Amino acid sequence: MTEVRNDLVAKRYAAERRFRFYGATALALTALFLAILLTDTVIKGIPAFHETSVELDVKVDPAEVDPNNPVGGNYDKMIKEAFRAEFPAVEGRTNQRALTALLSSGGADALRGMVVADPSIIGKTVTVPVLLSADADMFLKGMLTSQTVAPGTAALHIARLDGEEGFVLTGDKTGEEAEKELGLAPRDVVRFKGGALRVTGVENGYLKAVPVLATDPAVTTVGPGQWDIVSFSVPESNRRINDNQALWLDELKQEGRIENSFSWRFFEAGDSREPELAGIRGALVGSLLTVLVAIALALPLGIAAAIYLEEFAPKNKWTDVIEVNINNLAAVPSIIFGLLGLAVFLNFFGLPRSAPLVGGLVLALLVLPTIIIASRAALKAVPPSITEAALGVGASKQQAVFQHVLPLALPGIMTGTILGLARAFGETAPLLMIGMVAFIADIPSGFTSAATVLPVQVFLWSDLPELAFRSKTAAAIIVLLVVLFALNAAAIYLRKRFERRW
Amino acid sequence: MNAPVPHQTLVTPEKPKALASGQFKVTARGVDVYYGDKQAIKSLSIDIPDRSVSAFIGPSGCGKSTFLRCINRMNDTIPTCRVTGLIDVDKHDIYDPKIDVVQLRAKVGMVFQKPNPFPKSIYENVAYGPRIHGLAAGKTELDTIVEQSLRKAGLWEEAKDRLAQPGTGLSGGQQQRLCIARAIAVNPEVILMDEPCSALDPIATARIEELIDELRQNYCIVIVTHSMQQAARVSQLTAFFHLGTLVEYGDTDEMFTAPQEKRTQDYITGRFG
Repeated sequence: MTEVRNDLVAKRYAAERRFRFYGATALALTALFLAILLTDTVIKGIPAFHETSVELDVKVDPAEVDPNNPVGGNYDKMIKEAFRAEFPAVEGRTNQRALTALLSSGGADALRGMVVADPSIIGKTVTVPVLLSADADMFLKGMLTSQTVAPGTAALHIARLDGEEGFVLTGDKTGEEAEKELGLAPRDVVRFKGGALRVTGVENGYLKAVPVLATDPAVTTVGPGQWDIVSFSVPESNRRINDNQALWLDELKQEGRIENSFSWRFFEAGDSREPELAGIRGALVGSLLTVLVAIALALPLGIAAAIYLEEFAPKNKWTDVIEVNINNLAAVPSIIFGLLGLAVFLNFFGLPRSAPLVGGLVLALLVLPTIIIASRAALKAVPPSITEAALGVGASKQQAVFQHVLPLALPGIMTGTILGLARAFGETAPLLMIGMVAFIADIPSGFTSAATVLPVQVFLWSDLPELAFRSKTAAAIIVLLVVLFALNAAAIYLRKRFERRW
Repeated sequence: MNAPVPHQTLVTPEKPKALASGQFKVTARGVDVYYGDKQAIKSLSIDIPDRSVSAFIGPSGCGKSTFLRCINRMNDTIPTCRVTGLIDVDKHDIYDPKIDVVQLRAKVGMVFQKPNPFPKSIYENVAYGPRIHGLAAGKTELDTIVEQSLRKAGLWEEAKDRLAQPGTGLSGGQQQRLCIARAIAVNPEVILMDEPCSALDPIATARIEELIDELRQNYCIVIVTHSMQQAARVSQLTAFFHLGTLVEYGDTDEMFTAPQEKRTQDYITGRFG
């Protein structure tokens, strides 16, 4: 027996430990990044699955609706009037416009739907949920600014300044001492029965304020506990909801009129310039149609090509060249396929722009090499003894392939195909080249109507400045990921379910 | 090349007893087989009688399996393989372009080294051949063929209650008998066996050997084996291959007791191989 070299053994153990450590580190890092990505997306995307509306009692004005054509009624006017009626104190065009800006431009849809469904309610007053605008929605979800409300602890005296618009606030003391005593800071809003003021700061020894909501001139002193200090973390100039709008929304919220519900609209509507009205239905249908065209083309072509190359083609220089080029095609950047689609399908064949048909053609070309390679691998994995057995009992080559080899290779082929489709589903670049990147509000009705796809929708939304679209983007990403995970899960299931062992 | 060659008895000077009596099922004249540039079989001629077992023995790489696979043109599936010379089955040249290779393989069945049942039910394994050749008119007829084939292969008693279960679930020896049943089911006249017992344990081997002995009554059987004991046990005729040539072919008893060639003797006594 040879002498045991302890140093070598120790070295080997150390090397094994090191390798395990590297592996575990790599795995942990990957898991961490994935977790960060998913958490961030989910946190950003969850708000987009909910929408906010306000319950309004609306009188369906017979003067504005023709019972024979209820769709054409001026419902916008009715809900705006009803909303203004909620806030009778709001006067002046600017303020009223600020008030109705809280409602979505599609806010009347629910009322229109009710009247169309039941025209007998014309002339009656109904309670209807009216969708709020994206800004109001974001504010109520706390995504524009955080807001704290503290009750006033001291008595507050309010004096109107003569000759200029503004107020002086005093407690028992004046100026900076008053600021301290009352617990106020510049930008804070003082809310009391009959009005609201925003503190601007100490000026000439006085604590000054400007009106946010119209104030009742009769109110000059408010006792402790009868007023609130509302402070926002983001200054008014940096957010899309003004102080007065914020206070109106607060009021509605306290009355329990604000309703937060699951946004089916997100799955039922097409794209829109208004974030609260935008949905992914159009993109989903577009994706579906595009992938349908792609699969209808790529699957039979790919499998047929794979069977021919693997089982029937003579092995010579030409098939070698074809094989190398198929492998090369799988490595071609996807945007090149977009250029090809643009040059061939749009410019040469004159097919319609932005159409799922063309998108599907391009994606079919894109996934064809993937499907061929996966199918060939699956066919190659079937043991030759099966072919021999079939040939041995007098099956022809074609019978052996189609009755024995192909059924055994099918799970592998399906797995490869589904993974190829998942790639097609998530592909953006080639579709940009053939015009599927346009703003399309309609849900595509066929293979030649203008459409966009889910990843392109994500791309489009991510480009928009509105804050509300940021969560729409994240929500669309969530939907995209769910679809892709489902496809991958299907691939794994197929593999496990139909896998055969020899 | 395809010109008819007069049939003659090859092994000289004395005709073996088995050859003298039987009708020749397979005859070969001047067969050369090449894999690319390499010649695997050199100018081989042989007469194989019907209703007997002929064993091919010889060291690895001597061409015995290659020649076996020529008899049902299984070598056609290897692109680089080239066969010249004449091989007749029932006095029909099987390399004649007019011969349908599928029909030939139905007539010349094959059992492989490793049991290779289809990953289907036992019933389907046996029924596949008759079905593609249209041997059964209906379900009952097919059932009969399946039962008879399994009976002939000695598998009926073990398999009759589990015909719907996958053939791959059987034991190795049972799988090989299933493969034999599958080969019998298409009514072949010749059965080629390429080391059918090399993957089996001694008990399963003994069952297969018994089976081969029974099948001899109805078929012309050619078996390639590495086991000289097996050749001695099951065959009436033995052919010794060495380096791509047929060294000696004759009655098994004589071959193992008094071989005419020194190389045969050296191989049988274990001096090389």
